[in-house]
Amino acid sequence: MEEMLREYLPILVFLAIAIGLGLVLILAAVVVAVRNPDPEKVSAYECGFNAFDDARMKFDVRFYLVSILFIIFDLEIAFLFPWAVAFQDISMVGFWSMMVFLAVLTIGFAYEWKKGALEWE
Amino acid sequence: MIAADLNIILPEILLSVFAMAGLIGAVYTGKDRLAPMLVWATSAVFVALAVWIATNGSGTNVAFDGMFIDDGFARFAKVVILVSAAAVLLMSQGYMERRGLLRFEYPMLIALAAVGMMVMVSAGDLMALYMGLELQSLALYVVAALRRDNVKSTEAGLKYFVLGALSSGLLLYGASLTYGYAGTTLFSGIIQTATEGEMSLGLLFGLVLLASGLAFKVSAVPFHMWTPDVYEGSPTPVTAFFATAPKVAAMALFARVLHDAFGGAVGDWQQVIALLSVLSMFLGAVAAIGQRDIKRLMAYSSIAHMGYALMGLAAGTAFGVQAMLIYMAIYVTMNVGTFAFILLMERDGQPVTDIEALGMYAKREPGKALAMLVLLFSLAGVPPLVGFFGKLYVLRGAYEAGLAWLAIAGVIASVIGAFYYLRIVYYMYFGEDREDALDGGKSPVLWGFLMASAVIMVVGVVNLFGIESAAQAAAATLVN
Repeated sequence: MEEMLREYLPILVFLAIAIGLGLVLILAAVVVAVRNPDPEKVSAYECGFNAFDDARMKFDVRFYLVSILFIIFDLEIAFLFPWAVAFQDISMVGFWSMMVFLAVLTIGFAYEWKKGALEWE
Repeated sequence: MIAADLNIILPEILLSVFAMAGLIGAVYTGKDRLAPMLVWATSAVFVALAVWIATNGSGTNVAFDGMFIDDGFARFAKVVILVSAAAVLLMSQGYMERRGLLRFEYPMLIALAAVGMMVMVSAGDLMALYMGLELQSLALYVVAALRRDNVKSTEAGLKYFVLGALSSGLLLYGASLTYGYAGTTLFSGIIQTATEGEMSLGLLFGLVLLASGLAFKVSAVPFHMWTPDVYEGSPTPVTAFFATAPKVAAMALFARVLHDAFGGAVGDWQQVIALLSVLSMFLGAVAAIGQRDIKRLMAYSSIAHMGYALMGLAAGTAFGVQAMLIYMAIYVTMNVGTFAFILLMERDGQPVTDIEALGMYAKREPGKALAMLVLLFSLAGVPPLVGFFGKLYVLRGAYEAGLAWLAIAGVIASVIGAFYYLRIVYYMYFGEDREDALDGGKSPVLWGFLMASAVIMVVGVVNLFGIESAAQAAAATLVN
């Protein structure tokens, strides 16, 4: 039991540091920051839109394109991490599988780029 | 090891490489100017792959530790899928070009959907199943909304996407329960746990949810709500595609899941499938009566036809699977011809989908009207046309499996359904001759497919072009 709990010690230390650091940053802002409020600064912020407004409004579809692209590459990283960590143990098949996966993603990205989906005028 | 695995999935690899190469090649060079060429090239690749799969494959080959199964059943379904996709692709070219819809992405998306369908019918694992299903569905969501500036087309795309996502959710929930209670995602492992009368409640729930998700994809009642709207809103060639290849793929996948993974528990799913079947047949027959739009009508027609195909599955025997395969092959052939006719329905270059506009069509276009008459009689299942034999097979399958009530219900629904097919014939031959009559589109490709399909419906009664024995061999590899 003792042994098992000790294995989790790094997590406990990590938790303590995370909470401590968070508290320090918040308190530092309260104590030392210059305070100079104006209406724009204190209003709620919602991704570039007014927080309280009519829901039926037009906005640029390119927001979606960029965010979808972001999610795709975000997921790609999520796949790459375990692959990279286990790099010593995987076979050539594992290596080339990931290369094929990246190539397929790159083809999609090249298509999107050439199609002009990333132009922002 | 890996080389042998890759060799088994070579057709899928080639098709996806082709799709990616086409996509990149076109976007860096001629863009949409290359679209007609790509349509022909994609069709040629489909046909070449179909010929290759039909002639070259033999025995049962398993790749990736059972995740991918290449057996007679998969090959039969793949050939039907590829040939029908090639036919629909060729039919769509003229129609889409005239309306400025023909972008080079269209054939590439169809090619990717075909890859997904090929993986679906070969899936030997819940994960391979889901990957194939999603690859197919995502490509189809996009082509449904191909006419971006049209409200109905975008609505069709969005509706299909939202409901498709819901069905994927059901399917995934079922898959996770199945995995949880069977301890494996491999079909060959699940079947050892799922034996008649000893299935745990969790596994049973998993089976029912999996079946619900798949029923969504084949548009079986009560999971059919998306079908009429999506069929009506999508551009007509896309509707033709929806009605053919994806239905075969989903139905084949359904058969594979039920027999490969739950084949030991026929009694547990037979009632579910029989219920889906009888509801689909009756709703498809009754709800189509009020339809005036031929695309909506075909949507209900496809729901009813899926009911009949499910009847073959409900039998739970090798003969039932054989009947289902024959039914699907015949259904696809009829639908290709019928949609060729619908694509020909034009007035001043504008597509018309109102069936009353067909008034006295036979007087102006006797050849096309006669071909459509044959197809409609075949769809209704009137003997001695080929469509009748498809129905005969599934009815026999259900009867021999002790589901006589289902067979009787099928006959009754078929009689009700005949009404709306025959009403189109009535309009064509005896309807009123209206001022704004169709002026008949002229397209040799569409005309060819319409005539070929009608001729097959008549000539095929001799021996069904040998499809009977091919389907029997295919079914034997799935059910044993």
